[in-house]
Amino acid sequence: MYSDKVMDHFKNPRNVGEMEDANGVGEVGNPVCGDIMKIFLKIRDNVVTDAKFKTFGCGAAIASSSMATELVRGKTLEEAWEVSNKAVAEALEGLPPIKMHCSVLAEEGIHKAINDYRKKQGLPEWEEKNPHSHDEHEEGLTCQH
Amino acid sequence: MGEKHIIYMDHSATTPTRRDVLDAMIPYYTEHFGNPSSIYGIARESKVAIDTARAQVAKALGAEPDEIYFTSGGSESDNWAIKGIAYANRKKGNHIITSKIEHHAVIHTFEYLEREGFTVTYLPVDKYGLVDPAELEKAITDKTILVSIMYANNEIGTIEPIPELAAIAKKHKVYFHSDAVQTIGNVPIDVNAQGIDLLSLSAHKFYGPKGIGVLYIRKGVKIDNLIHGGGQERRRRAGTENIAGIVGLGKAIELATADIEGHNRKIRAMTDRLRTGILATIPNAYLNGHPEKRLPGNINISFEFIEGESMLLWLDDEGICASTGSACTSGSLEPSHVLLATGLPVEISHGSLRLTLGDSNTDADVDFVLEALPKIVLRLREMSPLYTKKEGGCNVQ
Repeated sequence: MYSDKVMDHFKNPRNVGEMEDANGVGEVGNPVCGDIMKIFLKIRDNVVTDAKFKTFGCGAAIASSSMATELVRGKTLEEAWEVSNKAVAEALEGLPPIKMHCSVLAEEGIHKAINDYRKKQGLPEWEEKNPHSHDEHEEGLTCQH
Repeated sequence: MGEKHIIYMDHSATTPTRRDVLDAMIPYYTEHFGNPSSIYGIARESKVAIDTARAQVAKALGAEPDEIYFTSGGSESDNWAIKGIAYANRKKGNHIITSKIEHHAVIHTFEYLEREGFTVTYLPVDKYGLVDPAELEKAITDKTILVSIMYANNEIGTIEPIPELAAIAKKHKVYFHSDAVQTIGNVPIDVNAQGIDLLSLSAHKFYGPKGIGVLYIRKGVKIDNLIHGGGQERRRRAGTENIAGIVGLGKAIELATADIEGHNRKIRAMTDRLRTGILATIPNAYLNGHPEKRLPGNINISFEFIEGESMLLWLDDEGICASTGSACTSGSLEPSHVLLATGLPVEISHGSLRLTLGDSNTDADVDFVLEALPKIVLRLREMSPLYTKKEGGCNVQ
Protein backbone atom coordinates (compact mmCIF):
# COMPACT_ATOMS: atom_id res chain seq x y z
CA MET A 1 0.00 0.00 0.00
CA TYR A 2 2.84 2.43 0.82
CA SER A 3 5.96 3.19 -1.21
CA ASP A 4 9.37 2.21 0.17
CA LYS A 5 10.05 5.88 0.75
CA VAL A 6 6.93 6.28 2.90
CA MET A 7 7.85 3.19 4.89
CA ASP A 8 11.40 4.50 5.33
CA HIS A 9 10.17 7.84 6.68
CA PHE A 10 7.56 6.09 8.83
CA LYS A 11 10.02 3.66 10.37
CA ASN A 12 12.95 6.06 10.60
CA PRO A 13 11.26 9.42 10.95
CA ARG A 14 13.62 12.37 10.53
CA ASN A 15 13.44 15.35 12.89
CA VAL A 16 11.01 13.85 15.36
CA GLY A 17 10.67 15.55 18.72
CA GLU A 18 9.97 18.85 20.42
CA MET A 19 12.13 21.94 20.00
CA GLU A 20 12.70 24.06 23.09
CA ASP A 21 13.83 27.18 21.25
CA ALA A 22 11.49 27.06 18.25
CA ASN A 23 10.36 30.51 17.14
CA GLY A 24 7.60 29.24 14.83
CA VAL A 25 5.16 26.54 15.93
CA GLY A 26 2.10 25.27 14.06
CA GLU A 27 -0.38 22.62 15.15
CA VAL A 28 -2.96 21.32 12.66
CA GLY A 29 -5.49 18.49 12.53
CA ASN A 30 -7.89 17.11 15.05
CA PRO A 31 -7.80 13.98 17.21
CA VAL A 32 -11.36 13.24 16.09
CA CYS A 33 -10.07 12.88 12.54
CA GLY A 34 -7.22 10.65 13.62
CA ASP A 35 -4.32 12.97 12.86
CA ILE A 36 -2.60 15.90 14.52
CA MET A 37 0.72 17.41 13.44
CA LYS A 38 2.77 19.83 15.43
CA ILE A 39 5.59 21.50 13.49
CA PHE A 40 8.47 23.34 15.21
CA LEU A 41 10.69 25.70 13.20
CA LYS A 42 13.83 27.58 14.14
CA ILE A 43 14.21 30.57 11.85
CA ARG A 44 17.30 32.74 11.72
CA ASP A 45 17.98 35.53 9.18
CA ASN A 46 14.88 34.48 7.21
CA VAL A 47 16.19 30.90 6.86
CA VAL A 48 14.74 27.73 8.41
CA THR A 49 17.77 26.44 10.29
CA ASP A 50 15.97 23.60 12.04
CA ALA A 51 12.62 21.84 11.80
CA LYS A 52 11.05 19.20 14.02
CA PHE A 53 7.66 17.56 14.44
CA LYS A 54 5.39 15.52 16.64
CA THR A 55 2.54 13.63 15.01
CA PHE A 56 -0.45 11.57 16.10
CA GLY A 57 -1.64 9.69 13.05
CA CYS A 58 -1.28 6.94 10.52
CA GLY A 59 1.83 5.86 8.64
CA ALA A 60 1.27 8.44 5.90
CA ALA A 61 0.82 11.25 8.45
CA ILE A 62 4.09 10.41 10.20
CA ALA A 63 5.98 10.02 6.90
CA SER A 64 4.53 13.30 5.56
CA SER A 65 5.62 15.18 8.69
CA SER A 66 9.09 13.71 8.45
CA MET A 67 9.44 14.57 4.75
CA ALA A 68 7.99 18.07 5.13
CA THR A 69 10.47 18.95 7.87
CA GLU A 70 13.29 17.60 5.68
CA LEU A 71 12.13 19.69 2.71
CA VAL A 72 11.95 23.01 4.56
CA ARG A 73 15.30 22.75 6.33
CA GLY A 74 17.82 25.25 4.96
CA LYS A 75 15.22 27.05 2.87
CA THR A 76 14.33 30.73 3.06
CA LEU A 77 10.90 31.46 4.46
CA GLU A 78 9.65 32.25 0.96
CA GLU A 79 10.95 28.95 -0.38
CA ALA A 80 9.63 26.99 2.62
CA TRP A 81 6.19 28.54 2.12
CA GLU A 82 6.21 27.18 -1.45
CA VAL A 83 6.70 23.56 -0.33
CA SER A 84 3.34 22.18 -1.38
CA ASN A 85 1.51 19.05 -0.35
CA LYS A 86 2.21 17.71 -3.85
CA ALA A 87 5.93 18.26 -3.31
CA VAL A 88 5.73 16.32 -0.05
CA ALA A 89 3.78 13.49 -1.69
CA GLU A 90 6.16 13.38 -4.67
CA ALA A 91 9.21 13.29 -2.44
CA LEU A 92 7.60 10.31 -0.73
CA GLU A 93 7.23 8.61 -4.13
CA GLY A 94 3.48 8.96 -3.94
CA LEU A 95 0.72 8.48 -1.38
CA PRO A 96 -2.48 6.46 -1.79
CA PRO A 97 -5.37 8.80 -2.82
CA ILE A 98 -7.13 8.34 0.53
CA LYS A 99 -3.93 9.47 2.27
CA MET A 100 -3.31 12.65 0.26
CA HIS A 101 -4.88 14.67 3.07
CA CYS A 102 -1.88 13.75 5.22
CA SER A 103 0.41 15.67 2.87
CA VAL A 104 -2.08 18.56 2.92
CA LEU A 105 -1.86 18.56 6.69
CA ALA A 106 1.94 18.74 6.50
CA GLU A 107 1.79 21.75 4.17
CA GLU A 108 -0.72 23.44 6.46
CA GLY A 109 1.45 22.71 9.49
CA ILE A 110 4.47 24.35 7.86
CA HIS A 111 2.37 27.37 6.85
CA LYS A 112 0.97 27.72 10.33
CA ALA A 113 4.45 27.57 11.88
CA ILE A 114 5.77 30.18 9.42
CA ASN A 115 2.87 32.52 10.17
CA ASP A 116 3.36 31.98 13.89
CA TYR A 117 6.92 33.21 13.41
CA ARG A 118 5.85 36.16 11.25
CA LYS A 119 3.24 37.17 13.80
CA LYS A 120 5.81 37.08 16.60
CA GLN A 121 8.09 39.27 14.48
CA GLY A 122 5.30 41.78 13.94
CA LEU A 123 5.15 40.89 10.25
CA PRO A 124 1.90 40.45 8.35
CA GLU A 125 0.82 36.82 8.05
CA TRP A 126 0.92 35.30 4.59
CA GLU A 127 -2.31 34.14 3.05
CA GLU A 128 -2.88 30.65 1.73
CA LYS A 129 -2.84 30.93 -2.06
CA ASN A 130 -5.02 27.88 -2.54
CA PRO A 131 -6.73 27.38 0.76
CA HIS A 132 -7.54 23.71 1.10
CA SER A 133 -11.19 23.22 1.66
CA HIS A 134 -11.91 21.14 4.71
CA ASP A 135 -14.61 19.01 3.22
CA GLU A 136 -13.40 18.34 -0.26
CA HIS A 137 -10.16 17.52 -1.99
CA GLU A 138 -9.32 16.65 -5.52
CA GLU A 139 -7.61 13.44 -4.66
CA GLY A 140 -9.02 12.28 -1.40
CA LEU A 141 -11.26 12.83 1.51
CA THR A 142 -10.65 15.01 4.48
CA CYS A 143 -12.11 14.78 7.88
CA GLN A 144 -15.14 16.99 8.33
CA HIS A 145 -14.75 17.56 12.05
CA MET B 1 10.98 -9.74 4.13
CA GLY B 2 12.78 -13.11 4.05
CA GLU B 3 11.63 -16.11 6.03
CA LYS B 4 10.20 -14.12 8.91
CA HIS B 5 8.02 -16.05 11.34
CA ILE B 6 4.44 -14.84 10.98
CA ILE B 7 2.23 -14.57 14.02
CA TYR B 8 -1.30 -14.54 12.71
CA MET B 9 -3.71 -12.91 15.16
CA ASP B 10 -6.49 -11.90 12.79
CA HIS B 11 -8.68 -15.01 12.83
CA SER B 12 -11.86 -12.90 12.87
CA ALA B 13 -10.86 -11.58 9.44
CA THR B 14 -10.29 -15.03 8.02
CA THR B 15 -8.70 -18.37 8.88
CA PRO B 16 -6.44 -20.65 6.86
CA THR B 17 -8.20 -23.63 5.29
CA ARG B 18 -7.29 -26.75 7.27
CA ARG B 19 -5.22 -29.30 5.41
CA ASP B 20 -7.75 -32.09 5.99
CA VAL B 21 -10.53 -29.82 4.74
CA LEU B 22 -8.56 -28.99 1.61
CA ASP B 23 -7.79 -32.68 1.04
CA ALA B 24 -11.51 -33.46 1.19
CA MET B 25 -12.19 -30.73 -1.37
CA ILE B 26 -9.59 -31.53 -4.03
CA PRO B 27 -11.34 -34.56 -5.61
CA TYR B 28 -14.35 -32.33 -6.32
CA TYR B 29 -12.20 -30.13 -8.53
CA THR B 30 -10.62 -33.12 -10.29
CA GLU B 31 -12.37 -36.49 -10.72
CA HIS B 32 -15.78 -35.59 -9.20
CA PHE B 33 -16.21 -32.34 -11.11
CA GLY B 34 -19.63 -33.23 -12.53
CA ASN B 35 -22.52 -30.78 -12.41
CA PRO B 36 -24.93 -32.22 -9.85
CA SER B 37 -27.85 -31.27 -12.10
CA SER B 38 -26.69 -33.81 -14.72
CA ILE B 39 -27.72 -37.46 -14.56
CA TYR B 40 -24.55 -39.44 -15.32
CA GLY B 41 -22.39 -41.18 -12.74
CA ILE B 42 -19.82 -38.49 -11.92
CA ALA B 43 -22.63 -35.99 -11.43
CA ARG B 44 -24.30 -38.29 -8.95
CA GLU B 45 -21.06 -38.28 -6.95
CA SER B 46 -21.39 -34.50 -6.66
CA LYS B 47 -25.00 -34.76 -5.58
CA VAL B 48 -24.12 -37.23 -2.82
CA ALA B 49 -21.29 -34.98 -1.63
CA ILE B 50 -23.64 -32.01 -1.33
CA ASP B 51 -26.19 -34.08 0.60
CA THR B 52 -23.46 -35.21 3.00
CA ALA B 53 -22.30 -31.64 3.59
CA ARG B 54 -25.88 -30.46 4.09
CA ALA B 55 -26.35 -33.11 6.77
CA GLN B 56 -23.09 -32.05 8.45
CA VAL B 57 -24.26 -28.43 8.62
CA ALA B 58 -27.72 -29.42 9.84
CA LYS B 59 -26.19 -31.47 12.64
CA ALA B 60 -23.92 -28.60 13.72
CA LEU B 61 -26.90 -26.21 13.97
CA GLY B 62 -29.49 -28.62 15.33
CA ALA B 63 -31.49 -28.13 12.14
CA GLU B 64 -32.95 -30.36 9.42
CA PRO B 65 -30.93 -30.84 6.22
CA ASP B 66 -33.71 -29.35 4.09
CA GLU B 67 -33.43 -26.10 6.08
CA ILE B 68 -29.81 -25.59 4.93
CA TYR B 69 -29.11 -23.50 1.79
CA PHE B 70 -25.62 -23.02 0.40
CA THR B 71 -24.65 -19.49 -0.65
CA SER B 72 -21.47 -17.69 -1.70
CA GLY B 73 -20.73 -16.58 1.87
CA GLY B 74 -21.79 -14.48 4.83
CA SER B 75 -22.62 -11.35 2.85
CA GLU B 76 -24.95 -13.16 0.47
CA SER B 77 -26.62 -15.01 3.35
CA ASP B 78 -27.24 -11.73 5.20
CA ASN B 79 -28.54 -10.02 2.06
CA TRP B 80 -30.83 -12.93 1.25
CA ALA B 81 -32.22 -13.24 4.77
CA ILE B 82 -32.94 -9.53 5.16
CA LYS B 83 -34.15 -8.60 1.68
CA GLY B 84 -35.92 -11.94 1.24
CA ILE B 85 -37.94 -11.54 4.45
CA ALA B 86 -38.58 -7.83 3.89
CA TYR B 87 -39.97 -8.27 0.36
CA ALA B 88 -41.93 -11.46 1.06
CA ASN B 89 -43.69 -9.98 4.10
CA ARG B 90 -44.18 -6.41 2.99
CA LYS B 91 -47.95 -6.74 3.05
CA LYS B 92 -47.84 -7.56 6.74
CA GLY B 93 -45.69 -4.56 7.61
CA ASN B 94 -42.72 -2.45 6.61
CA HIS B 95 -40.84 -2.18 9.90
CA ILE B 96 -37.53 -4.02 10.37
CA ILE B 97 -35.16 -3.97 13.34
CA THR B 98 -31.43 -4.46 13.70
CA SER B 99 -28.63 -3.13 15.92
CA LYS B 100 -26.07 -0.37 15.52
CA ILE B 101 -23.12 -2.76 15.71
CA GLU B 102 -23.93 -5.18 12.90
CA HIS B 103 -21.48 -6.16 10.19
CA HIS B 104 -21.71 -3.95 7.09
CA ALA B 105 -23.37 -6.81 5.19
CA VAL B 106 -26.34 -6.33 7.53
CA ILE B 107 -26.19 -2.57 8.19
CA HIS B 108 -25.84 -1.59 4.54
CA THR B 109 -28.64 -3.96 3.55
CA PHE B 110 -30.94 -2.32 6.10
CA GLU B 111 -29.90 1.11 4.82
CA TYR B 112 -30.73 -0.02 1.29
CA LEU B 113 -34.19 -1.17 2.42
CA GLU B 114 -34.66 2.14 4.23
CA ARG B 115 -34.15 3.89 0.88
CA GLU B 116 -36.65 1.43 -0.60
CA GLY B 117 -39.31 2.65 1.81
CA PHE B 118 -38.96 0.34 4.80
CA THR B 119 -38.81 1.79 8.31
CA VAL B 120 -35.74 0.69 10.23
CA THR B 121 -34.95 0.75 13.94
CA TYR B 122 -31.25 0.52 14.77
CA LEU B 123 -31.12 -0.65 18.38
CA PRO B 124 -28.45 0.96 20.56
CA VAL B 125 -25.96 -1.04 22.60
CA ASP B 126 -24.50 -0.49 26.06
CA LYS B 127 -20.83 0.29 26.69
CA TYR B 128 -20.00 -3.41 26.30
CA GLY B 129 -21.79 -3.68 22.97
CA LEU B 130 -24.78 -5.60 24.36
CA VAL B 131 -28.27 -5.17 22.92
CA ASP B 132 -30.84 -4.82 25.70
CA PRO B 133 -33.80 -7.22 25.23
CA ALA B 134 -36.07 -4.59 26.83
CA GLU B 135 -35.10 -2.16 24.04
CA LEU B 136 -36.08 -4.75 21.45
CA GLU B 137 -39.42 -5.34 23.17
CA LYS B 138 -40.10 -1.58 23.08
CA ALA B 139 -39.15 -1.25 19.42
CA ILE B 140 -41.45 -3.97 18.07
CA THR B 141 -44.72 -2.71 16.59
CA ASP B 142 -47.56 -4.49 14.79
CA LYS B 143 -45.78 -3.53 11.55
CA THR B 144 -42.52 -5.28 12.47
CA ILE B 145 -41.64 -8.21 10.21
CA LEU B 146 -37.97 -8.90 10.96
CA VAL B 147 -35.41 -8.63 13.74
CA SER B 148 -31.77 -9.22 12.80
CA ILE B 149 -29.14 -9.24 15.56
CA MET B 150 -25.65 -10.65 15.18
CA TYR B 151 -24.70 -13.56 17.43
CA ALA B 152 -21.27 -12.20 18.27
CA ASN B 153 -19.60 -9.00 17.15
CA ASN B 154 -16.67 -9.27 14.78
CA GLU B 155 -14.78 -6.29 16.18
CA ILE B 156 -15.22 -6.33 19.94
CA GLY B 157 -16.22 -9.98 20.32
CA THR B 158 -19.30 -9.32 22.47
CA ILE B 159 -21.75 -12.24 22.45
CA GLU B 160 -25.35 -11.04 22.32
CA PRO B 161 -28.17 -12.57 24.41
CA ILE B 162 -29.60 -14.31 21.34
CA PRO B 163 -32.02 -16.75 23.03
CA GLU B 164 -33.63 -13.88 24.99
CA LEU B 165 -33.84 -11.61 21.94
CA ALA B 166 -35.22 -14.40 19.76
CA ALA B 167 -37.85 -15.24 22.37
CA ILE B 168 -39.12 -11.66 22.27
CA ALA B 169 -39.35 -11.75 18.47
CA LYS B 170 -41.18 -15.06 18.64
CA LYS B 171 -43.66 -13.73 21.21
CA HIS B 172 -44.60 -11.00 18.73
CA LYS B 173 -44.58 -13.43 15.78
CA VAL B 174 -41.69 -11.61 14.11
CA TYR B 175 -38.98 -13.47 12.20
CA PHE B 176 -35.58 -13.55 13.92
CA HIS B 177 -32.36 -13.63 11.89
CA SER B 178 -28.86 -13.84 13.32
CA ASP B 179 -25.55 -13.27 11.57
CA ALA B 180 -23.53 -16.02 13.26
CA VAL B 181 -20.49 -15.67 11.04
CA GLN B 182 -18.11 -15.15 13.98
CA THR B 183 -19.77 -17.70 16.21
CA ILE B 184 -19.37 -21.12 14.56
CA GLY B 185 -16.95 -23.22 16.57
CA ASN B 186 -16.95 -20.68 19.42
CA VAL B 187 -20.52 -20.85 20.74
CA PRO B 188 -22.71 -23.98 20.51
CA ILE B 189 -25.63 -23.30 18.19
CA ASP B 190 -29.05 -24.93 18.40
CA VAL B 191 -31.49 -23.06 16.21
CA ASN B 192 -34.52 -24.64 17.89
CA ALA B 193 -33.44 -24.22 21.49
CA GLN B 194 -32.24 -20.66 20.72
CA GLY B 195 -35.33 -19.70 18.70
CA ILE B 196 -33.51 -18.63 15.54
CA ASP B 197 -35.51 -18.55 12.28
CA LEU B 198 -32.67 -17.61 9.93
CA LEU B 199 -28.93 -17.84 10.49
CA SER B 200 -25.95 -16.82 8.33
CA LEU B 201 -22.54 -18.45 8.41
CA SER B 202 -19.38 -18.45 6.31
CA ALA B 203 -16.83 -21.26 5.99
CA HIS B 204 -13.63 -19.22 5.92
CA LYS B 205 -14.19 -18.07 9.50
CA PHE B 206 -13.88 -21.63 10.81
CA TYR B 207 -10.93 -23.02 8.84
CA GLY B 208 -12.94 -23.74 5.70
CA PRO B 209 -12.58 -22.21 2.24
CA LYS B 210 -13.60 -18.71 1.14
CA GLY B 211 -16.55 -18.13 -1.18
CA ILE B 212 -18.97 -20.52 0.50
CA GLY B 213 -21.56 -19.96 3.18
CA VAL B 214 -24.95 -21.04 4.41
CA LEU B 215 -28.28 -19.52 5.15
CA TYR B 216 -30.35 -21.61 7.52
CA ILE B 217 -34.05 -21.00 6.89
CA ARG B 218 -36.53 -22.55 9.31
CA LYS B 219 -39.20 -24.62 7.57
CA GLY B 220 -42.30 -22.53 6.87
CA VAL B 221 -40.56 -19.14 6.88
CA LYS B 222 -41.92 -16.91 4.13
CA ILE B 223 -38.94 -15.59 2.16
CA ASP B 224 -38.29 -14.39 -1.39
CA ASN B 225 -35.36 -15.58 -3.46
CA LEU B 226 -32.35 -13.32 -3.89
CA ILE B 227 -30.48 -15.10 -6.71
CA HIS B 228 -32.85 -15.98 -9.52
CA GLY B 229 -32.07 -18.55 -12.21
CA GLY B 230 -31.86 -22.33 -12.27
CA GLY B 231 -33.57 -24.69 -9.87
CA GLN B 232 -30.66 -25.40 -7.54
CA GLU B 233 -31.06 -25.54 -3.76
CA ARG B 234 -34.68 -26.68 -4.05
CA ARG B 235 -35.49 -23.70 -6.28
CA ARG B 236 -34.43 -21.27 -3.60
CA ARG B 237 -30.91 -20.27 -4.70
CA ALA B 238 -29.90 -20.45 -8.35
CA GLY B 239 -26.40 -21.12 -9.64
CA THR B 240 -24.33 -24.25 -10.21
CA GLU B 241 -23.21 -25.47 -6.83
CA ASN B 242 -19.69 -24.74 -5.58
CA ILE B 243 -19.28 -28.42 -4.86
CA ALA B 244 -15.71 -28.38 -3.55
CA GLY B 245 -16.57 -25.38 -1.39
CA ILE B 246 -19.68 -27.10 -0.06
CA VAL B 247 -17.69 -30.24 0.75
CA GLY B 248 -15.07 -28.08 2.49
CA LEU B 249 -17.70 -26.20 4.48
CA GLY B 250 -19.31 -29.47 5.60
CA LYS B 251 -16.03 -30.95 6.72
CA ALA B 252 -14.92 -27.71 8.39
CA ILE B 253 -18.12 -27.23 10.38
CA GLU B 254 -18.00 -30.85 11.54
CA LEU B 255 -14.45 -30.38 12.79
CA ALA B 256 -15.11 -26.91 14.29
CA THR B 257 -18.11 -28.07 16.29
CA ALA B 258 -16.78 -31.48 17.40
CA ASP B 259 -15.32 -30.13 20.67
CA ILE B 260 -16.22 -26.46 21.11
CA GLU B 261 -15.56 -26.55 24.84
CA GLY B 262 -12.08 -28.02 24.50
CA HIS B 263 -11.20 -25.62 21.69
CA ASN B 264 -12.41 -22.64 23.71
CA ARG B 265 -10.45 -23.69 26.79
CA LYS B 266 -7.23 -23.74 24.80
CA ILE B 267 -7.84 -20.46 22.96
CA ARG B 268 -9.19 -18.64 25.99
CA ALA B 269 -6.14 -19.51 28.09
CA MET B 270 -3.87 -17.82 25.53
CA THR B 271 -6.23 -14.89 24.99
CA ASP B 272 -6.62 -14.21 28.73
CA ARG B 273 -2.87 -14.21 29.28
CA LEU B 274 -2.30 -11.86 26.37
CA ARG B 275 -5.10 -9.50 27.40
CA THR B 276 -4.03 -9.38 31.06
CA GLY B 277 -0.41 -8.90 30.04
CA ILE B 278 -1.15 -6.01 27.69
CA LEU B 279 -3.37 -4.20 30.18
CA ALA B 280 -0.81 -4.71 32.96
CA THR B 281 2.20 -3.42 31.02
CA ILE B 282 0.73 -0.60 28.92
CA PRO B 283 -0.85 2.39 30.73
CA ASN B 284 -3.82 4.28 29.26
CA ALA B 285 -5.13 1.15 27.56
CA TYR B 286 -8.77 0.10 27.72
CA LEU B 287 -10.52 -3.14 26.83
CA ASN B 288 -13.38 -2.78 24.35
CA GLY B 289 -16.33 -5.18 24.50
CA HIS B 290 -17.66 -7.20 27.41
CA PRO B 291 -15.10 -8.51 29.93
CA GLU B 292 -16.60 -12.03 29.96
CA LYS B 293 -19.37 -12.34 27.38
CA ARG B 294 -17.01 -12.35 24.44
CA LEU B 295 -15.58 -14.65 21.76
CA PRO B 296 -12.79 -16.78 23.25
CA GLY B 297 -10.12 -15.51 20.84
CA ASN B 298 -11.02 -11.81 20.73
CA ILE B 299 -9.02 -9.00 22.28
CA ASN B 300 -9.89 -5.40 21.40
CA ILE B 301 -7.97 -2.72 23.23
CA SER B 302 -7.77 1.03 22.70
CA PHE B 303 -4.49 2.79 23.37
CA GLU B 304 -4.73 6.49 24.09
CA PHE B 305 -2.61 9.08 22.22
CA ILE B 306 -1.82 6.89 19.20
CA GLU B 307 -3.46 5.83 15.96
CA GLY B 308 -4.20 2.25 14.94
CA GLU B 309 -2.75 2.05 11.46
CA SER B 310 0.71 3.07 12.58
CA MET B 311 0.48 0.36 15.25
CA LEU B 312 -0.44 -2.22 12.60
CA LEU B 313 2.49 -1.19 10.39
CA TRP B 314 4.95 -1.70 13.23
CA LEU B 315 3.30 -4.98 14.25
CA ASP B 316 3.55 -6.13 10.64
CA ASP B 317 7.23 -5.23 10.76
CA GLU B 318 7.51 -7.73 13.62
CA GLY B 319 5.55 -10.33 11.64
CA ILE B 320 2.36 -9.86 13.69
CA CYS B 321 -0.92 -9.69 11.75
CA ALA B 322 -3.68 -7.73 13.51
CA SER B 323 -6.39 -5.18 12.72
CA THR B 324 -7.77 -1.88 13.97
CA GLY B 325 -10.98 0.11 14.17
CA SER B 326 -9.18 3.25 13.09
CA ALA B 327 -10.57 5.15 10.12
CA CYS B 328 -7.17 5.15 8.51
CA THR B 329 -7.43 1.56 7.36
CA SER B 330 -11.09 1.49 6.41
CA GLY B 331 -11.07 3.51 3.21
CA SER B 332 -13.26 6.13 4.86
CA LEU B 333 -12.37 8.69 7.47
CA GLU B 334 -14.79 7.55 10.13
CA PRO B 335 -13.59 5.15 12.78
CA SER B 336 -15.40 1.91 13.58
CA HIS B 337 -19.18 2.30 13.91
CA VAL B 338 -19.07 -0.47 16.50
CA LEU B 339 -16.67 1.33 18.83
CA LEU B 340 -18.61 4.59 18.41
CA ALA B 341 -21.88 2.78 19.23
CA THR B 342 -20.39 1.64 22.54
CA GLY B 343 -19.84 5.29 23.39
CA LEU B 344 -16.06 5.25 22.97
CA PRO B 345 -14.79 8.76 22.12
CA VAL B 346 -13.78 9.09 18.46
CA GLU B 347 -10.15 9.94 19.21
CA ILE B 348 -9.77 6.79 21.31
CA SER B 349 -11.50 4.69 18.65
CA HIS B 350 -8.65 5.60 16.29
CA GLY B 351 -6.22 3.91 18.66
CA SER B 352 -7.92 0.52 18.82
CA LEU B 353 -6.18 -2.76 18.15
CA ARG B 354 -7.94 -6.07 17.51
CA LEU B 355 -6.06 -9.30 18.08
CA THR B 356 -8.06 -12.45 17.32
CA LEU B 357 -6.43 -15.71 18.29
CA GLY B 358 -7.09 -19.09 16.78
CA ASP B 359 -5.80 -22.59 16.20
CA SER B 360 -2.48 -21.51 14.72
CA ASN B 361 -1.40 -19.58 17.82
CA THR B 362 0.90 -20.83 20.55
CA ASP B 363 2.04 -19.66 23.98
CA ALA B 364 5.25 -18.52 22.31
CA ASP B 365 3.18 -16.21 20.06
CA VAL B 366 1.61 -14.65 23.15
CA ASP B 367 5.06 -14.09 24.67
CA PHE B 368 6.30 -12.51 21.45
CA VAL B 369 3.40 -10.05 21.24
CA LEU B 370 3.73 -9.19 24.92
CA GLU B 371 7.38 -8.37 24.25
CA ALA B 372 6.83 -6.38 21.04
CA LEU B 373 3.62 -4.43 21.63
CA PRO B 374 4.60 -2.24 24.63
CA LYS B 375 7.67 -1.00 22.71
CA ILE B 376 5.60 -0.15 19.65
CA VAL B 377 2.99 1.72 21.69
CA LEU B 378 5.71 3.66 23.53
CA ARG B 379 7.58 4.51 20.32
CA LEU B 380 4.41 5.97 18.78
CA ARG B 381 3.41 7.74 21.95
CA GLU B 382 6.81 9.41 22.15
CA MET B 383 6.20 11.05 18.79
CA SER B 384 2.57 11.94 19.56
CA PRO B 385 1.78 15.56 20.44
CA LEU B 386 -1.09 14.25 22.60
CA TYR B 387 1.27 12.45 24.91
CA THR B 388 3.66 14.11 27.29
CA LYS B 389 5.77 12.11 29.60
CA LYS B 390 5.69 13.20 33.19
CA GLU B 391 7.58 11.56 35.98
CA GLY B 392 5.80 8.28 36.52
CA GLY B 393 2.98 8.91 34.11
CA CYS B 394 1.58 10.91 31.31
CA ASN B 395 -1.23 13.28 30.59
CA VAL B 396 -3.12 14.86 27.76
CA GLN B 397 -1.83 18.29 26.88
